[in-house]
Amino acid sequence: MSVTATIDGKSVDIREGESILEAARRCGAEVPTLCYDSRVDPSASCRLCVVKVDGRRLPVASCAHALTADMNVTTSDDELEENRKTILKLVLSENPTEECRSCIERGPCELHSLATDYGVESDYYDGAISGRIPEDSNPFIARDYSQCILCYRCTRVCNELEQAHAIIPEGRGFGTNIVAPFHESLLGSNCTFCGQCIQTCPTGALMDKKMLGKAVAEDVTKVRSICPFCGTGCGIELNVAKGEFIGVTPDWDAPASAGSLCVKGQFGIDFIRSPDRLTTPLVRRDGVLQPATWDEALTLLVDKFQTVRAESGPGAFALWSSARAPSEGNFLMQKLARAVLGTNNIDNCSRT
Amino acid sequence: MAVMVGRGAMTNSIAELENAKLIFATGTNTTETHPVLALRVKRAVARGAKLIVADPRRIELTGLADRWLRLRIGTDIPLYNAMAHVIIKEGLYNKEYVERRTEGIEELADFVKGYTPQVAEKISGVPAEDIIATAREYATAGNAAIIYTLGITEHSCGVHNVQSLANLGLLCGYFGMESAGVNPLRGQNNVQGAGDAGCTPNYLPGYQRISNREAREAWEREWGVPIDPNPGKTKISILDEIMEDKVRCVYIMGENTAVSDANVLKTRAALDRVEFLVVQDMFLTDTAKMADIVLPAAAFAEVDGTFSNTERRVQLLNKAVEPPGEARADWEIFLDIINRMGYPLHYNHASEVWDEQARNSPILAGINYDRIRMQGIQWPCPTTDHPGTPYLHKEEFFSEKGYFQPVPHVDLAEPPDAEYPLILTTGRRRPTYHTGTQTGRVDGFELLVPREGLEVHPDDADALGIADGDLVEISSRRGSLQLNAIITDKSPEGVVFMTFHFPEGVLTNILTTDAHDPVTETAEFKACAVKVAKVTEPEEIPASG
Ligand code: SF4
Ligand code: SF4
Ligand code: SF4
Ligand code: FES
Repeated sequence: MSVTATIDGKSVDIREGESILEAARRCGAEVPTLCYDSRVDPSASCRLCVVKVDGRRLPVASCAHALTADMNVTTSDDELEENRKTILKLVLSENPTEECRSCIERGPCELHSLATDYGVESDYYDGAISGRIPEDSNPFIARDYSQCILCYRCTRVCNELEQAHAIIPEGRGFGTNIVAPFHESLLGSNCTFCGQCIQTCPTGALMDKKMLGKAVAEDVTKVRSICPFCGTGCGIELNVAKGEFIGVTPDWDAPASAGSLCVKGQFGIDFIRSPDRLTTPLVRRDGVLQPATWDEALTLLVDKFQTVRAESGPGAFALWSSARAPSEGNFLMQKLARAVLGTNNIDNCSRT
Repeated sequence: MAVMVGRGAMTNSIAELENAKLIFATGTNTTETHPVLALRVKRAVARGAKLIVADPRRIELTGLADRWLRLRIGTDIPLYNAMAHVIIKEGLYNKEYVERRTEGIEELADFVKGYTPQVAEKISGVPAEDIIATAREYATAGNAAIIYTLGITEHSCGVHNVQSLANLGLLCGYFGMESAGVNPLRGQNNVQGAGDAGCTPNYLPGYQRISNREAREAWEREWGVPIDPNPGKTKISILDEIMEDKVRCVYIMGENTAVSDANVLKTRAALDRVEFLVVQDMFLTDTAKMADIVLPAAAFAEVDGTFSNTERRVQLLNKAVEPPGEARADWEIFLDIINRMGYPLHYNHASEVWDEQARNSPILAGINYDRIRMQGIQWPCPTTDHPGTPYLHKEEFFSEKGYFQPVPHVDLAEPPDAEYPLILTTGRRRPTYHTGTQTGRVDGFELLVPREGLEVHPDDADALGIADGDLVEISSRRGSLQLNAIITDKSPEGVVFMTFHFPEGVLTNILTTDAHDPVTETAEFKACAVKVAKVTEPEEIPASG
């Protein structure tokens, strides 16, 4: 019994539950997609991923069909590519290419990079854009549905993956819009502001409001890190432009989170730029905390520690470390306690 | 749990939850405290897993659950004991596993005889048939995962709660099984890492007991100094020692303990009294304001370093931006102090601090920065060619065997009475985090929790003549404060709820009791007796009320 199929002439093993698209990508074929997000059920709406399967009269959407034994699949030929070009043209005709903020600020969006790959230009003209821009004062998510191509990735991610049920498609055909039921703004809807709709959107229709206008794509570097809030330890990318933190994107490869984030990891990191961060040591003089140099502060600290240790011994010290601070700081704090002050009076503040 | 299987960490991995056939979530408001981890639970449910939730309060999870066990606050032990009773009586436990890997089944069987589902129903309010059904489904699920959070640990009987829960996992052979286990979800990002690093009075780095001579000697060789073989004092004992002037210097890193502690006025009194207080933080917190010296610390994004998440995964932080002004990485501050104290020490980079911690900690020895550059590694990881350990106890426990722990039910440390007839329980909401030191400084987050207040059940509100939005005064034996009432049936009758995120205006922990677990010294945040009355002439309306 055969357990393989053929994709573009190559023999491929069959894996339980794998779609033609996933198998094709696994063996290196480049199949374009717009409505596909591996984490949710396929909607098979953009038709960009269609491939030919021997024995089928019509091409099939590879994202929505399982690869089965003995299938013979062609992912690319002139006809398929022509077809894809036509689809892209159609999509772009409703989507203004100029000044795509997403492309400028985040780097080419999925739609416009495909357009470039296929050499397709928008022939959109004023007035034909579907989609509207809702009045939405929420501080996190910028929504501009004139850019929307109705791929339903946002609604599927919100409903299936997040199960937040904050947004749904409303209306039909050209007039379809993504809405938060009963609400114009996402504030007051079921939205948890996890930001996952932004992250999946293949166009500039959904963007991170906090990052808008902060930088252009060329200036942005992404530094991998870990969300500092809860014990889940989601992977984040700190977006940095000209030495400034400007926002967060998810780390898709992080094992705990696999690209998901909640409102804290997605939108809560800007506390680090707060104007009231401490920038110098403070020492209490005449009853008031006053700025001091490191040397002043640490000299004072060490003098006091030496005196107390000489007078009262190691038991006169207690050190409480932080369940928020990196482990290296924690380790050295307990080394200070155990190896230098000579006490095991080291604890962390949170016993949770 | 450590006394039973040798380790108190999450036994399994976050991703594994998705493939559990049954998830028993108890005392965990996971969608609020661990939103992304909760997605795994939601996905498991979407795939057909059974979800059983035990919680006194109506939360998002109870809405997703196949069964909601609405137990009375502080009655976890009879519930779990009765489940053990059913599982043993009906012979549903994993006999081969119990025989081969555990000890104490007879004692447990004997002990839980008295905890019939009917007895448990009387104490907990959970119908006996629900207890029986839950026990059967849990035992026969094939692989069932237990998850829990503060709801069961933040009690004066927190350790016993966990032990009676862990008995169930041991009975059914779920310790050492993929997508199963007994899983505490650590609240803060690096609770696990602080423990890994030895920041507890009785453990050296890598969870090696201070009384363990071999481990101590290894560290003595590393550091070239003798180490005190006696455990140090926990934070709660230190507070008393400060009042007796035995402890003269306190050094606090990165915690707003003057807001977050239970019975916070006691903590404040101690910090007020202590001769010399050093606080190292990013912000001038209420705690820092009490200090003699405040040292400015860098944020996580400004340093290289590691956090260990709740699934024991050591993950890398990369420095993205410079700290503001003269703020410095925590480890660099300690390094400077250590040198100034006359102990010469040098590290070129944070990775060398990690390496020192790892090389004398067998469970961490195989982890280094190069290996975790792309993905973190879960301890135990004894050697550099070891892939890490997604789930614990596969072949053996850290201890020789798995030891059952028969534990009795005890009443709340501070049960409601005629004077203080209601129970106050505390918790958190998603967009706010802990004392709000960080989330309180995020643009836009103020919009997400528009109404903070005291949640009161409609029946209690009726009895007290309180309407939604009324200003009320809530008092416990320790203090009182005023805030606005929110009438909701999320909590059962007799229980009021508030969060501890809002130090400005609403200092919840003035009320909470510091009655604590004798082993972990975790305080009973989850229940204290209070009274509530409508305020007729407000003194001053709190801003966040
Ligand atoms: S932010 Fe999250 S909850 Fe809100 S609409 Fe987007 S996906 Fe849904
Ligand atoms: S907003 Fe974006 S993700 Fe949502 S349907 Fe439109 S293009 Fe697709
Ligand atoms: S993004 Fe949310 S769930 Fe993930 S670690 Fe941060 S706070 Fe926790
Ligand atoms: S990706 Fe398959 S139809 Fe859109």
